[in-house]
Amino acid sequence: MTTTTRPRSQARAARDGFAQLLRAEWTKFRTVRGWTIGLVVALLVIPAFGLLFAANSFSSCMQGTKEVACPVPPTGPGGEAVNDKFFFVHQPLTGDGTITARVASLSGTITYPPPNHDKIVPGNTPWAKAGLMIKEGLEQGSSYAAVMVTAKHGVRMQHDFTEDAAGSASAPGGRWLKLSRSGDTITGSESADGRTWSTVSTVRMDDLPDTVQIGLFVASPDDMTLTGNSLGGSISTSRLANATATFDNVTPSATGEWTRTDVGVTLGPDGHTPHRPGEATQSGDTFTVTGNGDIAPVTADGVRYSSILTGTLAAMIAVTVVAVMYITAEYRRGMIAITMLASPRRHRAIAAKAVVIGSVTLAGALVATVATIAVSLPILRDNGNFILPISFLTQARIVGGTAALLAVTAVFALGLGVIFRRSAAAIVTTFALIVLPYILATTSLLPTGPAQWLLRLTPAAAFAVQQSMPSYPHVLTSESPLEGYFPLPAWAGFGVLCIYAALALGVAIHRLRSRDV
Amino acid sequence: MRRELHAEWTKMRTVAGPAWLLLGVALLTVAVGAAASAVMTCPFGQCSYDPARISLSGVQLSQALVALLAIAVVSGEYSTGLIQTTLTAMPTRGRVLAAKAILVTGTTLAAGTAGVLGSILAARLILPDTGYTFVHGYALPSLTHGPSLRAAVGSVLYLGLIALLSVGIAAAVRDTAAATGSVLAVLYVPSLLVLISNPDMKEWIFRLAPTNAGLTIQATTDLAAFPISPWGGLGVFAAWATAAIALGRWLLRHRDA
Repeated sequence: MTTTTRPRSQARAARDGFAQLLRAEWTKFRTVRGWTIGLVVALLVIPAFGLLFAANSFSSCMQGTKEVACPVPPTGPGGEAVNDKFFFVHQPLTGDGTITARVASLSGTITYPPPNHDKIVPGNTPWAKAGLMIKEGLEQGSSYAAVMVTAKHGVRMQHDFTEDAAGSASAPGGRWLKLSRSGDTITGSESADGRTWSTVSTVRMDDLPDTVQIGLFVASPDDMTLTGNSLGGSISTSRLANATATFDNVTPSATGEWTRTDVGVTLGPDGHTPHRPGEATQSGDTFTVTGNGDIAPVTADGVRYSSILTGTLAAMIAVTVVAVMYITAEYRRGMIAITMLASPRRHRAIAAKAVVIGSVTLAGALVATVATIAVSLPILRDNGNFILPISFLTQARIVGGTAALLAVTAVFALGLGVIFRRSAAAIVTTFALIVLPYILATTSLLPTGPAQWLLRLTPAAAFAVQQSMPSYPHVLTSESPLEGYFPLPAWAGFGVLCIYAALALGVAIHRLRSRDV
Repeated sequence: MRRELHAEWTKMRTVAGPAWLLLGVALLTVAVGAAASAVMTCPFGQCSYDPARISLSGVQLSQALVALLAIAVVSGEYSTGLIQTTLTAMPTRGRVLAAKAILVTGTTLAAGTAGVLGSILAARLILPDTGYTFVHGYALPSLTHGPSLRAAVGSVLYLGLIALLSVGIAAAVRDTAAATGSVLAVLYVPSLLVLISNPDMKEWIFRLAPTNAGLTIQATTDLAAFPISPWGGLGVFAAWATAAIALGRWLLRHRDA
């Protein structure tokens, strides 16, 4: 007769503790020179790409024949870069007041750019706008609120550049508008007949001074066309646009002379002739105002933080290789049998491995991304580049998110390593699910629609943590992955990757338990 | 040499992996090319896309499978330890590598030919239905049209060179995981560098990066926009592949297995 004893001494139980497992796995990781080197290489790729990008990005502008520093766009009340260029017919308003007008018509012209500089066609760009505005002052970037008609987007109430509320979808011609200030509250209303009014939006503006400028404005953003470039990326060409609006029945509550200001007008090469000036004529209570430019956040024309971190993708390949080897090497050498003997509850050994590879990657990648941004920004500025300002929270999300993206990718790759038990299959699967969709979606290989689906369904969705510019519905940009816009919000995209990683780990643990090592 | 070829062929033929990978190369080339042709739209009423490049875009994915095949045949022996038997049986190491390179490249060329012919056929069936209008000299891919024929033949040769490059890298790196990572990095990372705004630097990267230069062979329209000519580009890529094979051979001969 044989008696089986199951020794469960206290010492043994202690050795099986998770802390011990972590220590064992950490020891394995740090003592294999190739893995440490691989991880260091992975993390050095990020600053290498960042520096290569920074050192080779130059920006300079010509004024006539001499090279000058490029003009820096003004910043709005929220610190974001803005366009603030329009024609303004205004008078000061102290305290509360109201302005009412009917926009009788909105028309305009669109000019084709060089080289075929040959056509001027009538028409308005979709966001050509005319309406009533209350503005803190005449400096670009100062706070404002405005109610307006637009060529294609109906009646809107916008304030402080980033905020936009929709009114009715009526056509621009013949719409009545009203804008009134009462303390810190600005109300925009619209009407079809000037008698029954409906409110478009009411906004609170706390820092508005007692005396503000109130009046009529016209602006028209340039039209933009994107064409694919054979070398990847896209070429955008803009077509200059002007808008002209006729306002009648203008009834300001304040009396006084109307002043005309071409807000944000740029000067020609001689330094005093305005370039593309707007104009306004008055006859009784009817005004005809022509203007161009836009009143909205700047989302292009500057370096984005995400471009500095392009190396993430290359680093991801190296991180994947290290994470996969971290488990497949055990299979190849037979070490896995010992690991499983030492930790018979198999999922715990894998959990320990995931914690080690995840946290080592996270810590290393965090150092790499922070250092890359810190070193690249001054070089980019020295080279005359304008860096689109973003809030500290967004910066933290980009830097921390990138590190987390690499860490979770490592865990995902580890899971696939257990499932496949073979390096090549695990690496290629990770690559095909994360790196490849991202490359396909962002390098003009795919049209926007399929590219966006790839970035929703595959773990590559997590690259959304790197999106630097928010998407503004009232700014005409091509919001494609090619331009750095992701279909999912940052944390939702990151969540997609986490789900994939959790699934991979789950399947890995299931297979570890159900099959012989 | 016949002995080495026979031995390597037996090894390749008697495991399932290589056959599946080769089938995958052909199918993926056709499937991705057909999908790309099907989703093609012409924004702003202008088709500035190159129909040959669209229909042959599957090559950009199937190249990864070719790399896997090469790695399985070369690095795979290191992970199982079979390499020691191989080198004991056939001590002329250069010839072993040559036999592996010939077989991997030859089978890749065959699978690549099937994939490329299938892609062109698919494009001819799909593109006319997508409303793809052909303006200023853009034509349906066809084997009787000089530039399209060059793109098709070039794509097959390109896949063959990928096989050579991967055999070389796999022989140099040995470890499967490291070899996979290295080949994928060589194939896909340089295309990220197009973000650099310095135009001279960008053009030089394009001329020197193996896949960017090599895939120029697929261009049939707007050739002036490329910093390198189609055959010149394939030449650059051939130089990379030769260098990789030479490095792999040198390391195989001078290093303990």
